[in-house]
Amino acid sequence: MGRAQSSSEADVSPSASASADAATPASRAQRLSTSSRLTRVLGIAGLLLLGIMLAFGLWFSGPEIAMRDSVRLLYIHVPSVFVAYLCFGVTFLGSVQYLRNQSSFWDLMAHAAAEIGVLFVVFVLVTGSLWGKPTWGTYWQWDPRLTSTSMMLLMYVGYLALRRLDLPGEVRSQRAAVLGIVSILNVIVVHYSVKWWRSLHQSQTFGIDTQMDGLMLFSFFLGVIAFLAIGAWLLVHRFRVGWMESQLDEIRLEHALVERRNEGRAYPREDDLLQVRPGES
Amino acid sequence: MLRDARLVARKDLRIELVSKVIAGQIVPFGLIVLLLFGLAVSPDLAVLGRDGRSVLAQVAPGLFWVAVVLSALLAVGRSFAVEAQDGNLDALKMTGLDPAGVFLGKAAAVAVELFILELILGIGAFILYGTPIASWALLAATIVLTTAGITAAGTVYAALAAGLRVRDTLVPLLLLPVLTPVLLGASIATEAALFGPPSDGWSWVLLLGAFALLYVGVGIVAFGSIMEE
Repeated sequence: MGRAQSSSEADVSPSASASADAATPASRAQRLSTSSRLTRVLGIAGLLLLGIMLAFGLWFSGPEIAMRDSVRLLYIHVPSVFVAYLCFGVTFLGSVQYLRNQSSFWDLMAHAAAEIGVLFVVFVLVTGSLWGKPTWGTYWQWDPRLTSTSMMLLMYVGYLALRRLDLPGEVRSQRAAVLGIVSILNVIVVHYSVKWWRSLHQSQTFGIDTQMDGLMLFSFFLGVIAFLAIGAWLLVHRFRVGWMESQLDEIRLEHALVERRNEGRAYPREDDLLQVRPGES
Repeated sequence: MLRDARLVARKDLRIELVSKVIAGQIVPFGLIVLLLFGLAVSPDLAVLGRDGRSVLAQVAPGLFWVAVVLSALLAVGRSFAVEAQDGNLDALKMTGLDPAGVFLGKAAAVAVELFILELILGIGAFILYGTPIASWALLAATIVLTTAGITAAGTVYAALAAGLRVRDTLVPLLLLPVLTPVLLGASIATEAALFGPPSDGWSWVLLLGAFALLYVGVGIVAFGSIMEE
C-alpha cells in the first residue's frame, strides 16, 4: 500500500504534470516549471521512504508498553518537528545573510523556509493533539511544549503576513529580515518562560518515558529521513515559485513602463510592444 | 544617542499634551476593558481554595495586564501613526538623529504614557476587583520592568509595521505572541505582590528585567536597519 500511495502522489507533483504538456521544443523552452532532476529525486525518494516508513511503523513494529499504539504517531510527529525547526533555522540564516549582503537568493530562501516551516508546525500540532487524546485524555493540555509551539506558529504566521504585504520589494525584504532574526530570539524566550511557568504550577510532567526497541527506532529513523527529504523537496519548489514571482514582478514593471511611455504617443510603436513579448510568458 | 532620545521623547510627549489621544481615548478604552472583564467574570462567584477569594480577585492580576497590553497596542500604534502623516517618517530620517536614539526616545515616551495609564487602570482594578496589596516593592518593580518590556518590544514591532496601510491589524498579530513571557511574568509577579508571599514573584521580576533588556538591545541594534530604506 505504501508503494502505491507514494507513486500516485508523485503523479500530481509539478514535475510530472509539467513534463506532460511540454510537447514541442518551443513550449519546452518557455514552460514554467519549478521541477528539476534534484526535486524529482528528492520527491520520489521522500515519498518512497514515507511509504516504507508507514509499512514499518504501522505493521512491522509493535505497540509500545506505556503508549500502546499511539506511539506510531511519534514516527511522523517528531520528524516534522525537526523539519520545522530546521526551516526556521534557514529563515534565520537567510535573514542574517540578507542584511549582510542584500542577497535576493537568501531573501527568497528565508521566505520559502518560513512557509514550509509553518506547514510542518501545523502538522506537528495536529498530530500532537491526536496523540494527546488517547495519552492524556484530551486534545489540548497546557503543556509547555504544546503552548510554546503554538506561540511559535503564530509568530511565523505573523512573519508570513508581513511578507505578503504589498510593499516595495526592498522595504519588505529588509523588514522581514529583521523580523526573521528577532523571531528566533522570541521562540527561545517564549519556550523557556512557558516551561518555567508550568514547572512552577505543577510538578507533574506529561512526558512519558519511551522505550523504543530496534524496529521502532528503525521506523523513527526512516521517518526522519523521509521527512527531511520531503521538507527539502517542498522547500526547493517553494523557493523557485518565489523566484518566478519576483521575475514576474519585474516583467510587469517593464510592461507597465512601456505602456506608460506609449500613452504619450498618438500611435504606439510596435517595436516597444514586441520587446516585452518574449519575456511575457 | 541619549540626547537624541531625549529630543524625540520630548517631541512625542508634547504632541500627546496637545492632542490628548492617550488621555482622551486610550485610557478610557483600558477602563472599558477592565469593566467588561468584570462583567464577563462574575464578581460574586467565590470558589474553594485560595482563601475563598472571589474568582474576579483571583484572576485580577492577569486581567489587569491583558487590559494594559491591549491599551499598549493602541499606544505604540499611535506613536507611529504620528510619524506616518505628511511624510514625517522621512523627515525624521533626514534629521540625522541616531536611529538608536530615535528608538529609545519613542519607547521612553510610550513608557511615560503607559505608566500613567497603569496608574489609572491599577486604581480602577483595585476598586473594581477588590484586591489587597501585600508587597508594594514587588508591585512597583513588576510595573516598571513590565512597562519597559512592553514598550521596547512594542516600539520595535510598531516600527516594522510603520507606514503600512495594514499597520493596525499587523502590529497585534506580530506583537501579542512575543509578549507572552511578559504577560506570564507580570501576572504571576503581580499575583505574588497582591496576595503574597512576595518571594514567589521576584524570580519572575528577573525574567521581566531580562526581557526588557533584550528588547532594548534589539531595538538599539535593529532600529537602524528598520528605518533605512
